[in-house]
Amino acid sequence: MMEGAPNGTSDKDRLTFDWYLDKVVQGLVFLGGISAIVLIVGIFVFITREGLSFAATQLDIIEFFSSPRWRPTSEYRPTYNILAMIAGTASVTGLAMVVAIPFSLGAAIYIAEFATGKTREALKVMVELLAAIPSVVWGFIGLSIMNPLIIELFDVPVGLNILNAGIILGLMAAPIMTSIAEDALKAVPDSYREAAEAMGATRLQVVLKAVLPAAKNGLLGAVLLGVGRGFGETMAVLMATGHSINMPDSIFDSVRALTATIAAELGETAVGSEHYQALFTIGIFLFVITFIINLLADLVVRGVRKG
Amino acid sequence: MSQTASSITGQDGIAVETRSLNLWYGDFQALFDIDLKVRQGIITSLIGPSGCGKSTFLRSINRINERLGYVRITGGIHLLGHDIYAEGVNLSQLRKQVGMVFQRPNPLPISIRDNVLFAVEIHDEGGKKAGRANKEEIVEAALRRVLLWDSVKDRLNTKATTLSLEEQQKLCIARLLPVKPSILLMDEPCSALDPKGTEAVEEMIWELRGDYTILIVTHNMAQARRASEECIFMLMGKVVEHTATADMFVNPKDRRTADYIEGRYG
Repeated sequence: MMEGAPNGTSDKDRLTFDWYLDKVVQGLVFLGGISAIVLIVGIFVFITREGLSFAATQLDIIEFFSSPRWRPTSEYRPTYNILAMIAGTASVTGLAMVVAIPFSLGAAIYIAEFATGKTREALKVMVELLAAIPSVVWGFIGLSIMNPLIIELFDVPVGLNILNAGIILGLMAAPIMTSIAEDALKAVPDSYREAAEAMGATRLQVVLKAVLPAAKNGLLGAVLLGVGRGFGETMAVLMATGHSINMPDSIFDSVRALTATIAAELGETAVGSEHYQALFTIGIFLFVITFIINLLADLVVRGVRKG
Repeated sequence: MSQTASSITGQDGIAVETRSLNLWYGDFQALFDIDLKVRQGIITSLIGPSGCGKSTFLRSINRINERLGYVRITGGIHLLGHDIYAEGVNLSQLRKQVGMVFQRPNPLPISIRDNVLFAVEIHDEGGKKAGRANKEEIVEAALRRVLLWDSVKDRLNTKATTLSLEEQQKLCIARLLPVKPSILLMDEPCSALDPKGTEAVEEMIWELRGDYTILIVTHNMAQARRASEECIFMLMGKVVEHTATADMFVNPKDRRTADYIEGRYG
């Protein structure tokens, strides 16, 4: 004991040091953890502060949602109504899902259920690379490749329209949807596949009749997150839709998206002006929509975990 | 190969015959020269310590082992006179003929009814002609056979994964029956169940004998003794002894069998 005493002291010192270190790291991790909440609340408060008083006092909410007239710079009587932009965002997102769902679910099923070894790893890396392409690059593809292609193929005057933006946005959303759908498929216990195979199911039957029913919530979650992505995407749709206020009749009509409007106009408004506040009201609307979609996706995915 | 077990007679009433079967997982040899004849229409139990190759043997009879991809075998298995490792064997047909029950109940996360009809539908039994009424009959018959009908008849549309483990395991047996297999492989079917569930499932398995050839792997000596007519004792990938259950438990020929039965290892 006597000889061990000096050792004992240093042990004790180290213990107290460890104890402080522990507390410090604990604090840092806690800060990191709550920062997400703090930030999201902060953003919400900021957006609402700028937009809500306008929305509550000067805005006719019903007209705001039901009239397509967005004329913020009218000399005579500016109007701030967003139906045309809702239609634009919704039609582009809708078409994007038509494009993205078959691609992403097909890719996820192939990667998770059929591909093996190197093919599988290579495909996963590719999908992740695709997800990392900046949206302005997609917008550029829409402008410079899709635009002339659509004009030539469909013999329409303008190639910057719902079709263009829908395809671009679909391709943009597909990689992230693929990753999430693949996770959902991987979460299906192997015992289901084994059970189905032991009853004589072919690989395709195993996937269609055992794996997909088991993963359907996760897959739905993937699609919802894709929709959320579509609603929130800005730069690519700004570049590919044509950015014109218009109630669309066909997929060859140019439209404007809610997000693109904010991006294009906010820099040119006077801080605190009506126009400025109207843009923030759009922001609130977008925030609420994407929040609901993400919440739904989360609930749906949780549903699958519970069984 | 589509009639019921009772209408097919393999050679000399043998359901499964293996001829010097060796099996490797990669470089690891799991089975050594297995020569067995499993008689038709009775329950044969496979006993032996963990890792002795019981499950591996069972899983090579419906070739479900091959899912792993690194399994290699030599020798052969004949099922009712047919070589199941011959070229051109249809795995789907083989697995229709040889049903399997797993250690953990694994009903699919679909309704009870759809679980029972799963095999019928993938094998297109009765074709698309199989009407609703016919399907209802199939479901009822299968669930009655496993003594589950009365407790689930009012909730056939609920998810099968919400049933108790005992009910799930019964359902897993019931879903094999509509496609009229001749052989049922059971890999420790009661190991996930409590004593009461074990008793109920055992009793039900006993009811199935005669119509089906049943091969059951078990760690439970009492279960092997109660629930089987013949018994195979395996050790380190080899068959040590294969006799009538009564003989094995009363008068084991091999010293190692006696040691295992009396609980000296395992």
